[in-house]
Amino acid sequence: MRLRKVWMGTMAVALAASLVACGGGAPSNTSQAPSSPAGTPAGEKVDTSKAGKVAGTVTVEGTVPKNDAIKMNADPVCVKENKDPQFQTTYVVGSDGKSLGNVFVYIKDGLGNYVYDTPTEKATIDQKQCRYHPHVFGMRTNQPLEIINSDPTLHNIHAIPKTNAEFNNGQPIQGMKMTHTFDKPEVMVPFKCDVHGWMNAYVGVLDHPYFAVTKDDGKFELKDVPAGTYTIVAWHEKLGTQDQKVTLGEKESKDITFTFKAAGPTATN
Amino acid sequence: MLHKFARLVVASTVLLILAGSLVTSHEAGLSVPDWPTSYGWNMFTFPPRMWVANIFYEHGHRLIASTVGFFTIILATWLWMKDSRAWLRWFGVAALGAVVAQGLLGGLTVLFFLPPAVSTAHAALAEIFFCMTVAIALFTSPGWMRGYDDTVASDADVSPTLRRLATTTTILIYAQILIGATMRHTGAGLAIPDFPLMFGRLVPDHWNAGIAIHFAHRLGAVIVAIAVLSTAVAIWRRHPDRVELAHPSLVLILLTIVQLTLGALTIITHRDPWNNSVHVVFGALVLTTSLVLTLRTWRAKFGAAALTAKSGEVAA
Repeated sequence: MRLRKVWMGTMAVALAASLVACGGGAPSNTSQAPSSPAGTPAGEKVDTSKAGKVAGTVTVEGTVPKNDAIKMNADPVCVKENKDPQFQTTYVVGSDGKSLGNVFVYIKDGLGNYVYDTPTEKATIDQKQCRYHPHVFGMRTNQPLEIINSDPTLHNIHAIPKTNAEFNNGQPIQGMKMTHTFDKPEVMVPFKCDVHGWMNAYVGVLDHPYFAVTKDDGKFELKDVPAGTYTIVAWHEKLGTQDQKVTLGEKESKDITFTFKAAGPTATN
Repeated sequence: MLHKFARLVVASTVLLILAGSLVTSHEAGLSVPDWPTSYGWNMFTFPPRMWVANIFYEHGHRLIASTVGFFTIILATWLWMKDSRAWLRWFGVAALGAVVAQGLLGGLTVLFFLPPAVSTAHAALAEIFFCMTVAIALFTSPGWMRGYDDTVASDADVSPTLRRLATTTTILIYAQILIGATMRHTGAGLAIPDFPLMFGRLVPDHWNAGIAIHFAHRLGAVIVAIAVLSTAVAIWRRHPDRVELAHPSLVLILLTIVQLTLGALTIITHRDPWNNSVHVVFGALVLTTSLVLTLRTWRAKFGAAALTAKSGEVAA
């Protein structure tokens, strides 16, 4: 009986200690939460009627390296699926020679405690002609990602995140589909196909909708952004990242430019 | 006959090591994401038309490994039934255990996305298993069984110093292979990109983990080369007439020269997959040649095997 009391007492102390350690029994650590723009209370949705916009262009200065040529002869199906010479799409430069595509632009911080509905529509990555489509894209946490194999050959889709869980799934049959969700924000999660070493893609996973990927005109647009001060980041797979602070008032639009610097043989593809 | 079969196991293990190193060199380790199945198929019924690109290396490695495993079952059973040396019978069982453990490590490294520790352990156990198959082939060879033309007594002439030197050389080679495997599986193969200098100097002017591992492998190559040369010189000076020692020491020198060249070419060719893989294979050959030499220096300690073994079965 005495032993039982000692045991129950020990358990009670342990339980109390774990509650304190885990922050149990009290509202979440509001003091540690990021500050909301314009003093927004936690859990509030963005009022789009007062929101603004951040738009801009990503450019590159200097000599952009050539994209690597891809040799697909290890898989006859890939050769058959691609009649033209294939190159990586690492550097997608517009006709003006300056605007840069495949750059992921997003708000890194400053959004505070706004909440956003998780999209139910699927993000998609397709393995087609032995390439990933798209090469760079963004999606939301807990949004379903549909992974499709449109090729009449085998692929494995291997995600190599640092924060989320790594996975590697085979899709041996044409038309196979699978769905995956990432539960934590992470920029960027690389994908690779270990069968076809040239296949790679990147996804930026965010818990808010403020992201875009530039096309070869280098333009991006982040809509419905509430008033506040933000760090906006542009990411490129080889040229690294750039960031800048932007302060946005209600219904205000800001135009910004990111300029990457490159050095290498002139891009031809 | 048993000896001939043991040699077949050795040869198939060389092929297996080549296949395994081709997997790593082509970064094909995860090209078949499931294990022990292959894309859901039973490994042995996976259609050959699907062995495309990197799957060819990974699936081929699995099939060769299965074949070596099957051969090892036969070898262990054969030893158990036909060899009177209890220690050798159990050694055969240990080899079977090693190849089973090796298969499990191979599966685990796939299922856990090639963690460097597991992949390096897989490479390390591969060398141990190869050494075991070579040792079994040696222990069942006519030369070993006869005690080298009934000169078992003269084996006592092998100096303890030579035994220690040969043993140390074998251990150093194995340690060097472990460093090499760590380098391969942590992606440090080109951490120092130039050769023979290192970042244009004799010693790197900056360091990180990859550079340290890579540097250790280059330093290890120099140490191993000196150890091999010392062993060979000791044999040529003390036992020039003992062909069972002199011949492998010569082979060891030649293999080491080739191996050093392949190591340099691995850097110069920016890790050409085939050059890189052959470098791994020659590393294993250097190790096992040194092992044979070492075991032969210890031959007298094993006693008169021919007197206790069922020589008619084993040495035939």
